[in-house]
Amino acid sequence: MNTQDTFVLGGKEFHSRFILGSGKYSMDLIKAAVEYAKAEIITLAVRRTNTKKEENILDYIPKNVTLLPNTSGARDAKEAVRIARMSRELGCGDFVKVEIMRDSKYLLPDNSETIKATEMLAKEGFVVLPYMYPDLYAARDLVNAGAAAVMPLASPIGSNKGLATKEFIQILVDEIDLPIIVDAGIGRPSQACEAMEMGAAAIMANTAIATAGDIPTMAKAFGNAIEAGRQAYLAGLGRVLERGASASDPLTGFLRD
Amino acid sequence: MSENQFFVDSDKLSEKALEKKHRLENDPSVRSNFMEYQDGMEQISSDVMEKVLSQMDAYDYSSYIEADVKRALMHETCSVEDFKALLSPAAAPYLEQMAQRAKIETSKHFGNTVYFFTPLYIANYCENYCIYCGFNCYNDIVRKQLTEEEIEHEMQVIADSGIEEILILTGESKAMSSVEYIGNACKMAKKYFKNIGLEIYPVNSDDYAYLHACGADYITVFQETYYAPKYETLHLMGHKRVFPYRFEAQERALMGGMRGVGFSALLGLADFRKDALATALHAYYLQRKYPHAEFSLSCPRLRPIVNNEKINPLDVHEKELCQILCAYRIFLPFIGITVSSREQKHFRDGIVKIAATKVSAGVSTGIGDHEEKYTGQQQNEAGDEQFEIADNRSFDQMYGDISAEGLQPVLNDYIYV
Amino acid sequence: MVRVNGQEIDAAGKNIEEMLLEQGFEKGRVAVERNEEIVSKATYKEVILSDGDVVEVVSFVGGG
Repeated sequence: MNTQDTFVLGGKEFHSRFILGSGKYSMDLIKAAVEYAKAEIITLAVRRTNTKKEENILDYIPKNVTLLPNTSGARDAKEAVRIARMSRELGCGDFVKVEIMRDSKYLLPDNSETIKATEMLAKEGFVVLPYMYPDLYAARDLVNAGAAAVMPLASPIGSNKGLATKEFIQILVDEIDLPIIVDAGIGRPSQACEAMEMGAAAIMANTAIATAGDIPTMAKAFGNAIEAGRQAYLAGLGRVLERGASASDPLTGFLRD
Repeated sequence: MSENQFFVDSDKLSEKALEKKHRLENDPSVRSNFMEYQDGMEQISSDVMEKVLSQMDAYDYSSYIEADVKRALMHETCSVEDFKALLSPAAAPYLEQMAQRAKIETSKHFGNTVYFFTPLYIANYCENYCIYCGFNCYNDIVRKQLTEEEIEHEMQVIADSGIEEILILTGESKAMSSVEYIGNACKMAKKYFKNIGLEIYPVNSDDYAYLHACGADYITVFQETYYAPKYETLHLMGHKRVFPYRFEAQERALMGGMRGVGFSALLGLADFRKDALATALHAYYLQRKYPHAEFSLSCPRLRPIVNNEKINPLDVHEKELCQILCAYRIFLPFIGITVSSREQKHFRDGIVKIAATKVSAGVSTGIGDHEEKYTGQQQNEAGDEQFEIADNRSFDQMYGDISAEGLQPVLNDYIYV
Repeated sequence: MVRVNGQEIDAAGKNIEEMLLEQGFEKGRVAVERNEEIVSKATYKEVILSDGDVVEVVSFVGGG
């Protein structure tokens, strides 16, 4: 068993493979969630600042945690680039999760705009993690555009429906020479575990934790499930295949010499 | 394990030629640097060769055990590591299981189809001294290069038999068989065949682009052996001596716009397990770099040649060959696998049910003798063959035999764009 | 008038730092974009707002 299993992203080394979202729950739970989950990366959004004094989320995030701002709210590549630049100006590093949606009902990512934004941001030195619909061609274009990882969705964002795109995510895992981070739609620790068993490099989850009865405990459950899935992947699954191969006539009876 | 004795001296060679031949054979210091590109050879920037060779060098097949093989057979996706286990001696007792799995993979991607083609050798002049090959420049054989009229006649005879896909081959002499000469053959072939492949000396990407424009769409180049130190001792003279230029031929062909490329080692020249690993990885890494392209593997074993009846594939028996092909299929389920007439009827009939997707039919490896082979009428004096074939069934016989096995012969399903 | 986060404000002629202070923004925790260009923190005192400028003042919030 490899005990030195680290996850490298944008030149940084991580021990945790759980990227925790910080949306939809109160700030005072963030610190506990991060600690329980043992998360080392947390996502944030960029929004207009209120003029009245209010609490700042950065005060609730432990200092050793890497911030991963997203571009939520962007409807095209240009807007995503603007938001990314603003997030970098906030002074928390070069990481950015590109998410571009032109559909407010299903919130599905627009792959072609995402590819454009990824290329522009990579050229500006960002560590770009594009959120995408799991399409092999789009994923290859993202690689060529300079992405640091690819973040395919498991099912519609916030749906907690699990690995609806499983077959397609497996294709990305098999074919793309970048970390595949499964993002969006993971609703249960068991689904996170399954994605890790398939060879995903990391899991990003938010709503599943934010909507749990006990947020820190669910964060911990996800952290454990992701770790278990990773170990299973490294160990090599010994799954029995049901391929319907019948022990009929031997196929190799013709061989001579 | 005994070695093949490749060196044959012809009494027709001048004293000077013999002396040079012997020097090349016995004194490595007189041979050129085989890792150095010669004048006019295009150098591309690619990391594929380094990836393949480093994996091959590190491959210790004796370290794999039965548990590795069992695990590999249970995995839904065959990793490089699994593939290494399947090629290892530990997999020998699992050959039947490998065949069962390979059959399922083949049918998932190809159904029950088997593609047919025939090779057409248009010239056997060669400037290389590759000691195992019947065409080598020191071998005393009848040399011939077909004229354009003769090429067209051969094509008519082949097309009349029903074949729709042709593989045009030459010996490796750019001086005798120029790119333009080969291009003209492709243009003619377009009239008679729906799909044209080439197995010729490696050329630069702009030449591949030209040949593609002439109608060719597939390039096959055999590396013979991927083990460089052995390669050096087998290819003593000529442009073929340059190992990296040959290795990069498929990539240059894809850069030149070809739809597909074929690969192989010539099994029996070196350590066949390492060569099989390198062959498949060569295709694997290029597929990842050029995912739009089509890929195919061949599996030639050494055969006797004119003037040397004793050449044989050493430790690569039919069982080993079958293991290699099953491993190829499980590792690269989408890839075409061609089994040529170097193999006997019983092997070809068996392997198409497991892993092979393409077979040659109505084969001659001589120059200009299709008419004689197909009809019994001798036209002109033919050029000698590259190697002895082991299955001389005609197209009609092959078609009948393959159909009788419950498989579906396909002459062509191809579009040239 | 200058449009800051969608609101018309009488800030023309003032520099960015003055505007942030007057509006109650915490300088260290925001990023400022003026007419779709980032204003770097180092230049807050030098950049003078003009009539018709569109300014966005943003900070981090929770998000997935």
